[in-house]
Amino acid sequence: MRERPDFLAHGVLILGVLLFALPVWLVFAGSTQDSDAITRGELSLVPHLSNLSVYARVLTTRTMGTEPVWHMLLISFGMALAVAFGKIVISILSAYAVVFFRFPFRQVAFWLIFVTLMLPVEVRIIPTYAVMADFGLINTFTGLWVPLIASATATLLFRQVFTAIPDELVEAARIDGAGPLRFLWDIVLPVSGANIAALFVILFVLGWNQYLWPLLVATNQGLDTIVIGIVKMIGQETQTDWSAVMATTVLALLPPVLVVVLMQRWFVAGLTEGEK
Amino acid sequence: MATLELQGLRKSFGATQVLRQIDLSLVDGEMLVIVGASGCGKSTLLRLVAGLETPTEGRITIGGRDVTALDPSERDIAMVFQNYALYPHMSVFDNMAYGLRIRGLSRGEITRKVEEAAALLGLESLLTRKPRQLSGGQRQRVAMGRAIVRDPKLFLFDEPLSNLDAKLRVQMRAEIRRLQRRLGVTSLYVTHDQVEAMTLGDRLLILHEGTPAQLATPMEVFERPADTYVASFVGSPTMNFLAGRLVHDGTAVQLEAGPLIPLQGHRVGDTVTLGIRPEHLTLGGGDLTLAVDLIEPLGSETLVHGRVVGRDDDAITVKVPGVVGLVETVSVGVQADHAHVFDGVTGKRIDPVK
Repeated sequence: MRERPDFLAHGVLILGVLLFALPVWLVFAGSTQDSDAITRGELSLVPHLSNLSVYARVLTTRTMGTEPVWHMLLISFGMALAVAFGKIVISILSAYAVVFFRFPFRQVAFWLIFVTLMLPVEVRIIPTYAVMADFGLINTFTGLWVPLIASATATLLFRQVFTAIPDELVEAARIDGAGPLRFLWDIVLPVSGANIAALFVILFVLGWNQYLWPLLVATNQGLDTIVIGIVKMIGQETQTDWSAVMATTVLALLPPVLVVVLMQRWFVAGLTEGEK
Repeated sequence: MATLELQGLRKSFGATQVLRQIDLSLVDGEMLVIVGASGCGKSTLLRLVAGLETPTEGRITIGGRDVTALDPSERDIAMVFQNYALYPHMSVFDNMAYGLRIRGLSRGEITRKVEEAAALLGLESLLTRKPRQLSGGQRQRVAMGRAIVRDPKLFLFDEPLSNLDAKLRVQMRAEIRRLQRRLGVTSLYVTHDQVEAMTLGDRLLILHEGTPAQLATPMEVFERPADTYVASFVGSPTMNFLAGRLVHDGTAVQLEAGPLIPLQGHRVGDTVTLGIRPEHLTLGGGDLTLAVDLIEPLGSETLVHGRVVGRDDDAITVKVPGVVGLVETVSVGVQADHAHVFDGVTGKRIDPVK
């Protein structure tokens, strides 16, 4: 339609990209430079490619008294995966019950779930800790993810998705003889596939970035997530190995980025696609 | 293939009575069309038979088996929905096969049945496609196919042609009729379209506010409508109604609009409504004088819309063959032997006393 490029639009876009990318680039450039230079505030925008060995170093060896990065990445990855997966399973089941079944106190149940949206995690964190302690889950991997898998937001989202499924489809399946679980598995899940994928990406990133809960529940260093690890690495300002911290940060960025990139197609479809 | 019997069927949603007392009996292989304006309860009736709603009162029997308390899947029925309700993520083949798979048929048998139905409907080349890659007519065919493969005792059609364009609707209408005849499956067909009703049904059930207004063959409904509601519903353009009073020992109607219309036989009653179809009025008869509002040429025929001079409430439509030139007033004659007489209060048909 338009013959000459729209300079204004491109200008705004480029500015946006710079705004988002510049800090990340700074971290990458910093990771290859001398820690002293960083402390002096002489951070160069040009990475010293000869120093890339810092990545191998932080990945495999203990730096600043933390677990090696590969181990923390593994813990984070396991936790984020379990959180995302658990949240999706629980919220799909509860939304399915709320949307497709008529039972007493259905609306009450829904509103109770809804109300928990209004309580920030911090408010619930002491009682949650108490419950986990009673179950003996403090300092275990299970304790890291189990309390995080209830999600009012995801339940609400799936409720919207399921409500949009036409009644006739439900009725056609009933006449075809599909029971509740069969209907869930054969019709509801495939139809909401794009939404599930989109939510998975969001929840994975959310799980990856958890800080407060892992900090409280796991004091055992073997259970440190990458986010906790980065904070632990930053000790006293002058003694901090900044290039190692920045290298770890770059490494911590990669898995969520990979998940987003790999699932991008479904992610975008799930966010933009309406009725088929 | 089976009979269908409804006995004393009622349905209320809260305080609203949607269906009051439906008694109905279909013989094996019959196609009954349920027709009525929106909100008359016709879809509810179909959903009761399907088992998607539970009746407040009454019994439903399919093929001699009481199914009132059974789940839809146990009733051995198949339903075709207005918006097709195809599973969007499944191929045409899977859409048709789904019900059979749940019933645990063997793979070979499923393939055979689906291919048979596909051949019947001309869907062989589309079996691997997804519903969104199909046109409206093709989707409708797949929905039919899904019903056919099940080999059910009863077909239920819920306004299956409403989402199609006019040309396709005529074509699919004929196709549904042919298929139903060929397969000989007892069918209930719900529609609001009176042409569909007339052409498809062995019998029609006209519903009016939850009660049956008339249950008869299409021609009987057309020729002897049971009340003014049925008379106004069936036939296009709509029948003309004129208020009057029976005089001369019930052998003639004195219209309020003026003329005296002699009738055949004699009838018992007082105030009446005279019903006369547009095609049973002739130009130049001298019974009524119309101030013409609009002339609509339809090609082979022409519709003349007008009002009886001096009586603005008496709107009349006349259908005449050929072309009518632009005129301001016309004089119209009533073919009295085609007139229908309805009670002026209850709207019920009054037949001559023998």
